[in-house]
Amino acid sequence: MTHGILAFGAYIPWRRLQRKAIADTHAWFNPALKAQAKGERAFCNWDEDTVTMAVEAARDALAGRDRAAIGALRFASTTFPFLDRLHCGIVAEALGLDPGISAIDVAATQRAATSALIEALAMNTETLVVSAEKRDAKAASPFEMSSGDGAAAVLVGDGEPIARLLGKASRTADFVDHFRSLDNQFDYQWEERWIRDAGYMPIVPPVIKRCLAAGQVSAADVTHFCMPATLPRVTGTIAKAAGIDERAICDPLHANLGDTGAAHPLMLLVSVLEKAKPGEKILLVGFGQGADALLLEVMPGIGRLPRRLGVAGHLARRKEEASYGRYLAFNDLIELERGMRAETDKGTPLSSLWRNRETVTSFTGGKCGKCGTVQFPRTDVCVNPNCNAIGTQVAHAFADQRARIKSYTADRLTYSPDPPACYGMVEFEEGGRVMIDFTDIDADALSVGQPMQMMFRIKDIDPSRGFRRYYWKAAPVAASPKEA
Amino acid sequence: MAKGIKDKVVILGMGCSKFGERWDKEADNLMVEAYTEAIADAGVDTKAIDAAWLSTAIEEQHVGKSATPLAVALRLPFIPVTRVENYCASGTEAFRGAVYAVASGAADVALALGVEKLKDTGYGGLPQRGRGPLNDMVNPNASAPGSFAQLAAAYRAKHKVEPKDLKRAMAHISVKSHDNGARNPKAHLRNKITIETVLNAPTVAEPLGLYDCCGVSDGAACAIVATPEVARGLGKTDMISIKALQVAVSNGLEAQHNSWDGSYFATTRVASKRAYQEAGIDKPRDALSLIEVHDCFSVTELVTMEDLHISPEGGAIKDVLDGFYDADGKLPCQIDGGLKCFGHPIGASGLRMIYEMYLQMLGRAGERQRQQEPVFGLTHNLGGFPQRNVAAISIIGKYGA
Repeated sequence: MTHGILAFGAYIPWRRLQRKAIADTHAWFNPALKAQAKGERAFCNWDEDTVTMAVEAARDALAGRDRAAIGALRFASTTFPFLDRLHCGIVAEALGLDPGISAIDVAATQRAATSALIEALAMNTETLVVSAEKRDAKAASPFEMSSGDGAAAVLVGDGEPIARLLGKASRTADFVDHFRSLDNQFDYQWEERWIRDAGYMPIVPPVIKRCLAAGQVSAADVTHFCMPATLPRVTGTIAKAAGIDERAICDPLHANLGDTGAAHPLMLLVSVLEKAKPGEKILLVGFGQGADALLLEVMPGIGRLPRRLGVAGHLARRKEEASYGRYLAFNDLIELERGMRAETDKGTPLSSLWRNRETVTSFTGGKCGKCGTVQFPRTDVCVNPNCNAIGTQVAHAFADQRARIKSYTADRLTYSPDPPACYGMVEFEEGGRVMIDFTDIDADALSVGQPMQMMFRIKDIDPSRGFRRYYWKAAPVAASPKEA
Repeated sequence: MAKGIKDKVVILGMGCSKFGERWDKEADNLMVEAYTEAIADAGVDTKAIDAAWLSTAIEEQHVGKSATPLAVALRLPFIPVTRVENYCASGTEAFRGAVYAVASGAADVALALGVEKLKDTGYGGLPQRGRGPLNDMVNPNASAPGSFAQLAAAYRAKHKVEPKDLKRAMAHISVKSHDNGARNPKAHLRNKITIETVLNAPTVAEPLGLYDCCGVSDGAACAIVATPEVARGLGKTDMISIKALQVAVSNGLEAQHNSWDGSYFATTRVASKRAYQEAGIDKPRDALSLIEVHDCFSVTELVTMEDLHISPEGGAIKDVLDGFYDADGKLPCQIDGGLKCFGHPIGASGLRMIYEMYLQMLGRAGERQRQQEPVFGLTHNLGGFPQRNVAAISIIGKYGA
């Protein structure tokens, strides 16, 4: 049994805003944005946030694994939806993790995920580290162009690792290149040249040096250098200063994802692990009020890891979005006339949510112990008309089952933040059915028999109380990643 | 086997308000409008009524809870009054309460009145509202057209029907109902339309367009029922009696068990079969003279033709396009315009259907009167969603027939 990284996964939202659409809208105000008007950035559907993305990245990482072995969960983000509610709690419930796990949200810095990963690698329990970010950017800011939404997850523990830790180093410094406070929705950022010359350059190379020394690896032997930095040329300058080969610098995923903030170090790590070969050395750096550095060695186990969507698969699962208006609306950056049907108050029934958490959050239904019929939701009396046994239902998990559309519609009358509201009846491969919302779907491509998978999403946002409720929705099955 | 309701109860009188956008009327005004007609027709005094049933479905939009709004509106003299709600089938439920009370002998004369005042929401269609904490946490935010539109998807898949062929039959249904509604002075919509109007209308919920959907209306309808003996005592000769009253309610099978394919109403199939048995009808396609069905959407009417065992399974499109259900066809459906054009004040709709049958049986339907003398009329009042609903069937006809 060796300790190390056992699995990885990622999640990137389906919609990719074309940067040209942003630049074209704001050309009258800030013509300089045109220089950034290449490629695309991922952005959340209206029903996604850091919690839903974290769940999907974790599901990608845990594909085919027994989740009962997980003893700890760390969730890193600077864009959590709640100030006082454990986001790990929602994620653990949605994943069906053991309620006895250690669960901590890690926040408030761009190196939240690297710090959580360092801690996880030092722990003696199987730990899931997940990081997600949904970026809040002011309209017409360079940040709006460069940022992206997404999540990545890494499972750490004993077993057959795909990578092991050779060395680590950290430094903490209250270097404030940007900040966001309770009073501000958006980042306030200082001059780029100062950040590079007074921040990255003095802080990062010494941390890398200590990390490499701890791992007894020379800078020239680093195969993959993963350090997110949205400022131009910073990564290259750091690599040069540290003695790392320029060719080791990994793709920052700027062209078709954007910088996913605190989640980006893990995002880059996952994208590198997808292609890495045994023996290669990965140097992962997170920068934010200091820096974390981790030196990892890729292990032979990487060849035996079951296929997953990861970064590459999720990048391939994409929908080009040319409407900057949709991006503004989904991010609540514009006040739309949503109509009177949007006024319905569905309340925030906390007691009912707690009582029904297995149904709502874990998407667990029932299976009759007498006749074997599965059903959703679980009820006291079996739905099979030839059985109808009382009190025979045992828990039956539906979340990871494939389904097919039985009936559908695209509804333009009811209120939806993304009309038309697509929903319908889906039937699961192991039996059972549910009338459910669809998401990440083209209304004109709906068909009976279409294969669907379940995804954890926001069901409703309660604007008057600031609460959001999560549930599961059906989305078209993503194509398997192509053979490398 | 229970003996059933056949010929135990007769209709003494009926009334119906004008349906539509009654901006100047409160619900109690509409109740009185329907009641005034019914009580005059019955030829009795309010004091003769032993018990009453009120049906409303979306009471939070107008009268509020309980049966007191009916008792207050009509000044009923402290008699037992009950409010019923069973989705859009509420009207037939009120009727069933009154008929069963008379059949049991507990009442000689009973009243059923349905009312709905839906035009005070500020927007078209049914009100958007909460459905209970757990339902709101898991159910899609489905509109009525979005729920019923799914019948079309499942029907096309099951019977291998081209979308345009189904759309065409659905359009025929709406054109027919507008033709019929144009001849009905109490109807909400009295304009004639063409197939092209239907096919070119904006989409509400794929594949339902604007003209595939009924609207919602303000209105009230009322029935006064009694034993045949009481009716005879009042000098009634052409008596119209209840032949069957059946309700079937979903038990979660359609929504949760994979035996239902989504293309039909499991409840309607069961309720109609029981109703034919209760009425002593073997071949409904031949025996029925008129039908009024719950045409909330054109596709609902289409599949209901099969669920009532009138058109063969998969054969409704042909019957519809052949004009079988047109006003001058073999078995007219919605001769009064139906929900589509007479209107849909929910709590009143089931009673409105029976009202039309009653008028047709007595030859009082004016311009839209069926010339071949009707013997048996069926009403089909449906509430809910295809996967979870209440189907209420009544068969009425000439007493002794």
